Amino acid sequence: MKAAAFDLVRPRTVADALAALADGARPLAGGQSLGPMLNFRLATPERLADIRTLAALRAHAETDDTITWGAAVTHAEVEDGRVPDPTGGTLRAIAGHIAYRAVRNRGTVGGSLAHADPAADWISALTALGGSVRIAGPEGEREEALTGWMSGAFATQLAEGELLLSVTIPRPRPGARLAYRKLCRKEGEFAMAIAAVLDDPARAIRRVVVGATDGAPIIAEGADAGPRAHAAIDAWPGEAWKARLLHVSLDRALGDIAA
Amino acid sequence: MADGGSGKGVGARLPRKEDDRFLRGKGRFVADIRIPGMREVAFLRGPIAHARIGAITVPEAHRAAVFTASDLTDVAPIRAYSGLKGFRRSDQPVLATGKVRHVGEAVAMIVAATRAEAEDIAGLIDIAWEPLPALVDMAEARATTTRVHEEWPDNIVLETFVDDDLSDIAATAPIVIRRSLRTARQCMSPIEGRGVVAEWDGRLDQLVMWSSAQMPHITRSGLSECLGLDHGQIRVISPDVGGGFGYKGILLPEEVALGWLARRIGAPVRWIEDRFEQLSANANCREHAYELTAYADGEGTLLALDCEAMVDAGAYSSYPFSACLEAAQIASILPGPYRFGRYRCRTFSVATNKPPILPYRGVARTGVCYAIETVMDAIAEATGIDIETVRQRNLVRSEEMPYTNVTNKVFDSGDYPEALRRAAAALDIPTLRAQQASETGPVRTGVGLSIFCEQGAHGTAVYHGWGIPMVPGHEQAQARLTPDGVLELRIGAHSHGQGMETSLAQVAHTILGINPAAVRLVHGDTALTPYSTGTWGSRSAVMSGGAVAAACETLAKRIAAIGAHLLQAEAGSVRVEDGSVVAPGGASVTLREVAHTWYRAPQLLPRDVDPAGLDVTAGYKPLSDGGTFSYAAHACAVTVDTETGFVTLGRYVIAEDGGVCLNPMIVDGQVLGGTAQGIGTALYEEMPYDGEAQPLAASLADYLLPGAGEIPRIAIEHMETPSPLTRFGQKGIGESGAIGPPAAIANAVNDALRPLGARVDALPITPRRILEALARAGR
Ligand SMILES: Cc1cc2nc3c(=O)[nH]c(=O)nc-3n(C[C@H](O)[C@H](O)[C@H](O)COP(=O)(O)OP(=O)(O)OC[C@H]3O[C@@H](n4cnc5c(N)ncnc54)[C@H](O)[C@@H]3O)c2cc1C
Repeated sequence: MKAAAFDLVRPRTVADALAALADGARPLAGGQSLGPMLNFRLATPERLADIRTLAALRAHAETDDTITWGAAVTHAEVEDGRVPDPTGGTLRAIAGHIAYRAVRNRGTVGGSLAHADPAADWISALTALGGSVRIAGPEGEREEALTGWMSGAFATQLAEGELLLSVTIPRPRPGARLAYRKLCRKEGEFAMAIAAVLDDPARAIRRVVVGATDGAPIIAEGADAGPRAHAAIDAWPGEAWKARLLHVSLDRALGDIAA
Repeated sequence: MADGGSGKGVGARLPRKEDDRFLRGKGRFVADIRIPGMREVAFLRGPIAHARIGAITVPEAHRAAVFTASDLTDVAPIRAYSGLKGFRRSDQPVLATGKVRHVGEAVAMIVAATRAEAEDIAGLIDIAWEPLPALVDMAEARATTTRVHEEWPDNIVLETFVDDDLSDIAATAPIVIRRSLRTARQCMSPIEGRGVVAEWDGRLDQLVMWSSAQMPHITRSGLSECLGLDHGQIRVISPDVGGGFGYKGILLPEEVALGWLARRIGAPVRWIEDRFEQLSANANCREHAYELTAYADGEGTLLALDCEAMVDAGAYSSYPFSACLEAAQIASILPGPYRFGRYRCRTFSVATNKPPILPYRGVARTGVCYAIETVMDAIAEATGIDIETVRQRNLVRSEEMPYTNVTNKVFDSGDYPEALRRAAAALDIPTLRAQQASETGPVRTGVGLSIFCEQGAHGTAVYHGWGIPMVPGHEQAQARLTPDGVLELRIGAHSHGQGMETSLAQVAHTILGINPAAVRLVHGDTALTPYSTGTWGSRSAVMSGGAVAAACETLAKRIAAIGAHLLQAEAGSVRVEDGSVVAPGGASVTLREVAHTWYRAPQLLPRDVDPAGLDVTAGYKPLSDGGTFSYAAHACAVTVDTETGFVTLGRYVIAEDGGVCLNPMIVDGQVLGGTAQGIGTALYEEMPYDGEAQPLAASLADYLLPGAGEIPRIAIEHMETPSPLTRFGQKGIGESGAIGPPAAIANAVNDALRPLGARVDALPITPRRILEALARAGR
């Protein structure tokens, strides 16, 4: 199937992009999720704003406590180490197992967070790290913590007309570990279950995120985050065999932390 | 050396000539064809599985662009009837007429400047649907009063019955095995989908159609029947075709519709199938259910097999193979390579509101191999005899060849036990058993075997028996030497991955000594090639190989006669070798010189020269219509993660015998590609339907195909038992790889699960099925 007709605009600045969005345009980043939706005519926007080359969205920055990736940083750029990885390699490895290289070359971190597929990798991984996103809209800019980001499958705090600018990730302290497990039947497929666990003793943080739940991820924090996440999976309404996969991925991620 | 030492003849591992253009991206597929003024077609497809079509409302502005069944009044429906007793006839309308019988059935054809605009118009058409109950499951369809075809008394397309009274055995057999097995509905997934470009040529009064088709002559016959044009008014061209697997042997309603449209609007038109259409509406295959009862003695000898099988045939009978092929073959080939003598099998082909089931590489064979090999493992388990020995006790032995089995198949030659022995030995089962014995954790090793024989190149008598629109007879080939000594071969079969541009050049080399580089294969054009049913049923190496050999042999005689004259030698004394005619004293003339003489210096020809010249049409049939039987044993190790239900393939070994291989490297490629597809059948591929018969895996995000990462290293051991029936002793082996893997892998997974008391009885073996089986076993 072929996409319905649309206009394509190429804003040069965030302000131009916001103006385009105010004019009804929908952001187009790597097109790796939006492209199929257009072709299936599940999305029929009249206008697309190509935000992939906006300098502000391509940038990355570091402070002593955080690193920030522009929304248009691609999975491949993370995989290749072209942007800093606060976990010392875990995020690079996660990036390297998103889809296939051809998809990673174009797909963006911001597009993934905005699209909010429950089985997407960044949603779970960056939520576990305590990440937050910066959003620009008609009313100015604001910051949203990823822990409250998804309200359901493909549903986020992002309002119409808003642009995701960047994601900021607090640096784990020395001694911290991020464990990430996803269960995928074949290389490149979306996960059947995801578990991400951050253990950062110096900041007294233990955060568990269980993804691929068909909705917003299960998030638990605190010393007993593991057992509480397991209990949440028990209460999860999905099929028993899928719940089992969620439990297993969580057990394995917790095991990685304990190892 | 089989090829006579030149490294280029039959038996040589010659690199494929066609790969040069494919690897450089220079192939030409239907979607590469551009004709000035060409318009694009989209189809509006029914969104409901079973519904009456009420009023169709097309916006006034687009009336001229939209065509429905009411416009195609001069088009006959597609009719693929079988002559088998009791076969229920049905017509497949080119555009849905009265009602739709499956999701995706084409209701309207829209033509526009671009595909996107055609789809825009499709979105504006309003159809008043009156939904009817949808028949999703074949068992349910047997029981209900709802009819897929109103005029039928039930939903049974065909019932077949091989009868035997097994009560004596049932009363005494010490071991009785029962199994209920299911295989999923799959979708064939050639990398290139279907596609059609059609143009009406006013000068020739002829429809010219480029189609991604593997049987262009049969497509032409089907178009002729539907469009009411004589064969001369139709030319079908199959350019490069990116994989066929059976899907591209089918006459599609879309081909008929575009053929009609090109003439009607007087402009070239094209339709390129997209993956959504292929998955949701078109390429369905394989859905079987088996109820098996097997009787064995304490030594593991299979005494009798009793089976009731069902095939979900979908809504229509596809052209030319018809809706009988799958189930009728189940009955005839379920006994596999085994020698048991008592057999009873009833099969039902059942119509449902799903797309028609089409023949896929290893038609019926993949399912029956899974069924009988499951039985073999069950006997091994019940008797405590190991899985290799149990099979050895039941296989037809080499000294019994040719062997007529319980369904009257005549196995031509081979050593089945040796293939099994080699595959099992290469797998090293004792080491794997020791590994299993030490396992206590969640990851369990399993060992699986399968063995099967594959009937290929079966001909006239077999297909006449089925009475379908296509009965293969003699296969023809043309061999023509051009004025500059190039050999043009013309075959009616088509090469779409089989490497025939190379292997048939090797055949020509074996007979004429001509360099394969100087051989051109012309195929895939009804205007340029002799009639053929095409490439299907593992037949082209045997049939086209035999026909090319026959044509080259006749050509060689004519070349020799002219060459002898030029050499002033006795006609009978010269030899044709190495691209030359050689006299006893060693003097020689090249084929090029002979060709030059015939075409451009005929004054030099002998007075009694054969006036038919250097252009030969020859026909060929093997010594029997019953076909060749290649065979293979697959042996594999798997590990099953019993926490996740994930299966990892370990060592995978195939011992196969395709008789004399025209090109063993090409055979390896066929076996490897087929095995990858078999792994898809075993572990990944499934088109599920919901309760309303809506397909649930309409994109490749949901319809999982194995990728390179999922295919283990596969070791192939060759055996070479010539077929006594064919020109070089070659056997059909094109489908082989796709047949063995589901059985071997399912057996291996169940072997791994056995200590936990769990078993999976359906394909594909997904994490879900494994976890649910474990849960049923209390794990
Ligand atoms: C075959 C395949 C396999 C895949 N497998 C995986 C996988 O295993 N794991 C995984 O995580 N992902 C997977 N993906 C998805 C991939 O990661 C996509 O890149 C990602 O989901 C979307 O990013 P994008 O840049 O392509 O966004 P687009 O497709 O361009 O946009 C997606 C949505 O986000 C909106 N959007 C994009 N950028 C912004 C922004 N800056 N501000 C506001 N809204 C925005 C768009 O309007 C659209 O609604 C897969 C994709 C494919 C095609």
